[in-house]
Amino acid sequence: MLAFLVQRISQALLVMFVISIIAFAIQDGLGDPLQEMVGMSVSAEEREAIREELGLNDPFLVQYLRFAGNAIQGDLGNSYFYSKPALEVIAEHLPATLELVIGASLIIIFLSVPIGVYAAIRPQAWLSKFFMGVSTVGISIPVFLTAIVLIQLFSIGVTVNWFPADTGWGQWLNDFFTTEGGLPSYGRGDDLVHLFGTWESGLFTSEGLAHLVLPCVSLASIMLPLFIRLIRAEMMEVLQSDYIRYARAKGLSAGRINFLHALKNTMLPVITVGGVQIGIMVAYTILTETVFQWPGLGLMFLEAITRSDIPLIVAYLMVVGLIFVVTNTLVDLIYGLVNPTVKLTGKKA
Amino acid sequence: MTTATVSRWDRFRESFFWYSFKRDKVAIASFLVLLAMVLAAVFAPWLAPADPYDLAQINIMNSELPPVGLDGADPAFPLGTDAQGRDLLSTILYGTRVSLMIGFGAVVLQAALGILFGLLAGYLGGKVDAILMRIADVQLSFSTLMVAIIVGAVFKASFGNLMFGEIAIYMLIFIIGVAEWPQIARTVRASVLAEKKKEYVDAAKVMGFGTPRIMFRHILPNTLSPIFVIATVQIANAIISEAALSFLGLGMPETQPSLGSLIKSGFDYIQSGSWWITLIPGLVLVVLVLVINLLGDWLRDVMNPRLYKG
Repeated sequence: MLAFLVQRISQALLVMFVISIIAFAIQDGLGDPLQEMVGMSVSAEEREAIREELGLNDPFLVQYLRFAGNAIQGDLGNSYFYSKPALEVIAEHLPATLELVIGASLIIIFLSVPIGVYAAIRPQAWLSKFFMGVSTVGISIPVFLTAIVLIQLFSIGVTVNWFPADTGWGQWLNDFFTTEGGLPSYGRGDDLVHLFGTWESGLFTSEGLAHLVLPCVSLASIMLPLFIRLIRAEMMEVLQSDYIRYARAKGLSAGRINFLHALKNTMLPVITVGGVQIGIMVAYTILTETVFQWPGLGLMFLEAITRSDIPLIVAYLMVVGLIFVVTNTLVDLIYGLVNPTVKLTGKKA
Repeated sequence: MTTATVSRWDRFRESFFWYSFKRDKVAIASFLVLLAMVLAAVFAPWLAPADPYDLAQINIMNSELPPVGLDGADPAFPLGTDAQGRDLLSTILYGTRVSLMIGFGAVVLQAALGILFGLLAGYLGGKVDAILMRIADVQLSFSTLMVAIIVGAVFKASFGNLMFGEIAIYMLIFIIGVAEWPQIARTVRASVLAEKKKEYVDAAKVMGFGTPRIMFRHILPNTLSPIFVIATVQIANAIISEAALSFLGLGMPETQPSLGSLIKSGFDYIQSGSWWITLIPGLVLVVLVLVINLLGDWLRDVMNPRLYKG
């Protein structure tokens, strides 16, 4: 176990090292920060002086060592646009993204477990087939498109008059397909509660929560089909196993077998896969936040790209890289703890 | 029937592949829809009523016309027009063409990389295997979309907007191909590990064939069916990735739109009520990806030997 621990952690450190080199190479090779910082009127000598002052003329290795040394001390440079430490800018934008991810995760957990279990217990029921069909379609819909459709339906609203309004059923169908709209689709609202540090929360006011609905549903929509399929597949495999057959033979009630015995062993792989998926969700927050102008990390990153705010881009890469590496290492370690048969790679039996 | 004169066509018609295709309505329907879309995209220059790349044909007075069937529609523009007054049907046909080109191109590139690295890792084993698969693991753990977004962002920032727009199609093929190669490499490696224990490989070794020849001429042909299955699904993924990148402004420019950039440019006008500019290309994208995914599912069922026996 100790060897496993050491191997995983040293691998995590190696990956962080590679990420820092990539991030630094980007910083070094990308764009010209001076163009963003000073106007056209600044003379060549003054430019050169600023370059010298910023240390942009030093050799690559010197600049990297300075960068890495500062990074370890928590200093990733100042954002050109915000004129304050890049990590501070990230800390300001992080809570918005976290709340989005938390909201989406709650939706995923509370929907995927019951639906996945149901689809596994009754694979032939029409409702199961319906859910599986919907999740196949769901995988094919990009997250930004779901978001746009949700905005059209629940923010702008749709008025339907395809059916003859003079008949009772026509009017009923028109009303049925007409949606009210009105849900906010832009930003987080003004009514935020200050929690601590840089955390402005939208979780405690009705306005904040209303702003969360559409972004969270959109973000959840991309992961939900994956989780439903995963839970269903795992659960069906568990239901085939001997100890479930034994429990049935013993005459335990179906509810007890399904939810106490089978579900417990289903959730183990689901949780480990889920841990990795939460990292992947970071990529989708970029898309969701763009559609809803959600002032989180993803939107900040895209804006940093259009502004060539290189320290902020680099800081984002480092922070997101760290999040990925930490989650993956933790998931690996937890999996190694619960399932000791996992072998070290490179030491094949 | 088992004479030497049996043609390939007859063999195909006798095959399990064709048999299961004939019996699967979903597969037939998906194939027909995909075929229609591919043909429409390939022949877009002849089918489209207007050329969306030709600025002379665009009249700004025609902008934001709704599709036929709604108030204020012009029959000359069956699906309406976008904010620049371009015929939406034509832009969608050309856009599908761009999306499909990038999808196929990216999969060809990732298949080339994936097959090469997968074969090397699986057949050579040892250090090569460990290093290549670690890289693949790490890259996959970052999610292919994230890698594509970051690489796209870096390229866009270093080439500048104008330059990037001109070479966007090749850039996107490169970005998505490089971001997704581990998927195919893993599949290839897994089948190579199974294949290399078989007797025909030993026989080839005994006959003194070189390693490259055994890898590419003997093992590779036997790993083609899983590659085929995963490549199909990867086309759908590549098309989605391309749309996502274009939607973020890291993909095709509006002057040469793909489905993703059409959705993006239409999204700015959704609040003013012009839903068709963004939702009709969106629907086309979903149908395209869905039929490819359904075909992929069906291929997996047919070609997966485990399912076939059981």
